[in-house]
Amino acid sequence: MPDDHRYLSKLACELLLGAALAGWPLAALAAGAIDTQDFDQVQRGHYLTVAGDCAACHTLPGSGRDFAGGRIVETPFGHLVAPNITPDPRTGIGAWTDDEFVNALTKGTGRHGERLYPAMPFTYYTKLSRQDALAIRAYLNTVPAVDNPIKSDQLPFPFNIRLSMAGWDELFFKPGEFKPDPHKSAQWNRGAYLTEGLGHCGMCHTPKNVAGADETGDALQGYALQGWFAPNITNEARRGLGSWSVDQIAAYLQNGENGIAVGNGLMAETIHLSTSHLTDADAEAIAVYLKDRPEDQGKQQAEAAPASSPPDQTTMKAGEQIYADECSGCHTPDGKGVTGLFPSLHGTPFVQQTDPTNLIHVVLRGALGVATKAAPTAPEMPAFAWVLSDDHIAALLTYVRNSWGNAAPAVGAGDVSKERAKLDERND
Amino acid sequence: MPRKLPHKDVAIIGLGWTGSILANELTDAGLDVVAIERGPWRDTGTDFAISYAQDELRYRLRHELFLRNSQMSVTFRNNQSQTALPVRSWGAFMLGNGVGGAGVHWNAETWRFQPTDFTLRSHLTQRYGASFLPADMTIQDWGITWNEIEPYYDMFEYLCGTAGQAGNLGGKIQAGGNPYEGPRSRPYPTPPQKQGYGHMLFAEGAAKLGYKPFPQPSGNMSQGYTNPLGVTLGPCTYCGFCEWFGCANNSKASPQTTVLPALLRKSNFEARTDSEVTRINLDNTGKRATGVTYVDSSGEEYEQPADLVLVCAFSLFNVQLLLLSGVGTPYDPNTGQGQIGRNFTHQTMSSALGFFDKDKYNFNPFVASGAIGMIIDEFNGDNYDHGPLGFVGGGYIGQVQTNGRPIESTAVPPETPAWGPKWKQAVKDNYLSTINSGGACHGSMYSYKDVYLSLDPTYKDRFGRPLMRITIDFHDNELKMSSFLTDKYAGILQAMGAKQIVKKPRKGPYDVTEYQTSHLNGGAIMGDNPGNSAVNRYLQSWDVPNLFVIGASAFPQNAGYNPTGTVGALAFWVAEAIRSQYLKNPGPLVHA
Repeated sequence: MPDDHRYLSKLACELLLGAALAGWPLAALAAGAIDTQDFDQVQRGHYLTVAGDCAACHTLPGSGRDFAGGRIVETPFGHLVAPNITPDPRTGIGAWTDDEFVNALTKGTGRHGERLYPAMPFTYYTKLSRQDALAIRAYLNTVPAVDNPIKSDQLPFPFNIRLSMAGWDELFFKPGEFKPDPHKSAQWNRGAYLTEGLGHCGMCHTPKNVAGADETGDALQGYALQGWFAPNITNEARRGLGSWSVDQIAAYLQNGENGIAVGNGLMAETIHLSTSHLTDADAEAIAVYLKDRPEDQGKQQAEAAPASSPPDQTTMKAGEQIYADECSGCHTPDGKGVTGLFPSLHGTPFVQQTDPTNLIHVVLRGALGVATKAAPTAPEMPAFAWVLSDDHIAALLTYVRNSWGNAAPAVGAGDVSKERAKLDERND
Repeated sequence: MPRKLPHKDVAIIGLGWTGSILANELTDAGLDVVAIERGPWRDTGTDFAISYAQDELRYRLRHELFLRNSQMSVTFRNNQSQTALPVRSWGAFMLGNGVGGAGVHWNAETWRFQPTDFTLRSHLTQRYGASFLPADMTIQDWGITWNEIEPYYDMFEYLCGTAGQAGNLGGKIQAGGNPYEGPRSRPYPTPPQKQGYGHMLFAEGAAKLGYKPFPQPSGNMSQGYTNPLGVTLGPCTYCGFCEWFGCANNSKASPQTTVLPALLRKSNFEARTDSEVTRINLDNTGKRATGVTYVDSSGEEYEQPADLVLVCAFSLFNVQLLLLSGVGTPYDPNTGQGQIGRNFTHQTMSSALGFFDKDKYNFNPFVASGAIGMIIDEFNGDNYDHGPLGFVGGGYIGQVQTNGRPIESTAVPPETPAWGPKWKQAVKDNYLSTINSGGACHGSMYSYKDVYLSLDPTYKDRFGRPLMRITIDFHDNELKMSSFLTDKYAGILQAMGAKQIVKKPRKGPYDVTEYQTSHLNGGAIMGDNPGNSAVNRYLQSWDVPNLFVIGASAFPQNAGYNPTGTVGALAFWVAEAIRSQYLKNPGPLVHA
């Protein structure tokens, strides 16, 4: 009814006036900052929040309290606890100004100017546009406020001295919004923005130096963390994504399954919470960008050396027999597996990573594949820790890593026993 | 006082094949569904993992996957003059338990019944005259026809990925398939499984005698398969650990491998395990179910209100719940009145051992699957003239040797001592060269006035509820049929070149300690009026219209096939009736 419309407009004016009187940043609001009435902004913010996988750290699984924090973030220096980012004014970020929020996200500064630990991926989020950062804020403003005080910093001395982070930033943090490469396609640039910025893929996939900062020269070449090895996702032929097409990479991100691999380990959660919700265009853009990540020729040659001397034949023979008995039922005698169910081991990057952590992990503990709407099966691999000795697992994995055209360094019984001891201490 | 829980649209009792199919269909229709399962949660990687699943002692002999008799048992007797005693270790049949139900431990032999099976009494009466049937035989028509149920068989086969060779596509007979099957709307979703030497030798022997052998339809996959719900199964490895076992390779169709991954993603579905429904609650008119009462593993009692109650437990327990809850009238064998408990049936299984020359034959019996096998259907249902034979019914005949598991696979010629070095030598000599098809003759069992289910007057469960009492014996009709089928099978063994054949036709009395199959049927049968059935053609209770009783409990008699294909088809048939008719107009779908 026309009357209602007029009334609403009048109300909106009064609200804006009220906001001005209350000292709200009316100018910013008018200039396209956060607008709680803007459905499009909130929806875009939701998509970006999912693409950025904020929930991975800020939502405690099983708590039912979205973004209320409390999840432990493991770092090589100790534990941090992800804070509450719901709009609760006391324990969340409800009282933060938009600028404080944007600064935390893109500059790594806390509300009172203190330095954030880079477990919060501000080194990636710095590439976000202000518009995207505010859209994320706009969405977070709409989630239920939860009263949940968190003490984030649980690091031991001396890492608990935040001041030390200033020096770290000086050395390793290059702030600055993403600059598109004019020589590349819009799709490539979108992929770069998502991979290097919002998606912060390198947080897991890029090796770290002693200070826990990215070895930027080795970007996306793989990194061991939390009992897993986030594999090489450059276009390298053997260990990277060189053998996967753009469509196969996009399918892996969106469906958790691409006819070759099934998402498991830490990536299963990332697929579940984040990448399975990407649009087709964004998943494809990431794939296009990753396919353009150069392989590290020098390193590849250096590391190929141990594998080039053929593995011990007795070990290979033992491994072959263990494979036939324990593995071939599902992964099939030729290692090709079953599409959509049992991952292929035949020429696949997962088994040829220089670091065998993942293989040892799944043999010892088993694995649970991710379930997505497109591929709901979620195949399980049982644990073999109680069936196979360290020697058996070493022989088996050496065989798998050097059969069907695969080539990777042999796995020693010592590697397995070290991993077994580490996993015994993990309760996840 | 039980704790009263928030209302649900649908409460499902039991999360096996029928429960999971119904839950999936009704959540698709937007309903809020809870399934309450007596047994534990079960999944492949955690509960029958490849690293230990092939454990004959644990699963086959010690019954790992089955209902524990301390939680629930049944009592048994052969006839009314006897006092029934409780079964303390399962023998003649295995009762499933837990999520997936019997769908976890079945062999996956995925059969359709014949068109005439659904109109059995009319058909036999028309062909042979009413006086041809024994006076106390109580077989009847199902109230549905082949054309009505065929699309739902198709749905179940495509859900499961059933591997088989069509024999009759839309009326056109197909080479290599079962020429006696009813016309099907499309081929099986996947090609038949590979067959072993012994199975192929049977096919050759059968063909020599003029029969038309075909591969058994199998829910063990011949290749990878992704079903319409997007769930993927893997190819069977022929490990020979199917029946009594869960499949560790995701290659046997089960609720876990076909439905549950899709169902569990839905926010309008909830499963409560280790929770036993103790009764179906009725309002004070007795004409409407208000929900169910169940007890969890802490002994806490809950009332779950629901608009619609689906009884999806195993057939026996469907009937028990109806009797315990006062739904319908208990069957009285003396008067023939009352419907709940009537027309209980099992199967009439028989076989013959075929010993072959060990120097010429090596069957490698351990390379097998639960539904492997070559079959002939010449002597099933009414595919042959019973006039001169003096009995009705029949069964498929086949070499369906499903395993060479060491503890069970010790068939030796009858003259062998029962123990000692000579026995050991005989086991060794015959292991590889014996055709030992446990379910070689898969005979029907028709229903009789004095074979029925009722509540036991003496023995009670842990809640003080009477146990289900089974009163069953074989009748001459079935024993004659079994003898006939066994002779036919032995004839094929002869044609295969067996040097010694030991026939084992079924003999009375019915023995509750000797395994036959777990195909228990009837007790809450379907039909076209409340005077001859517990549920209508949509498996809806005649007495309580918001109660559906789904499963083999609805079979008016048993055919010469494994029942699961028909149970699955009925589940889809009921789901469709609820979705397209009941939800629009809740109430009786058939007016008596």
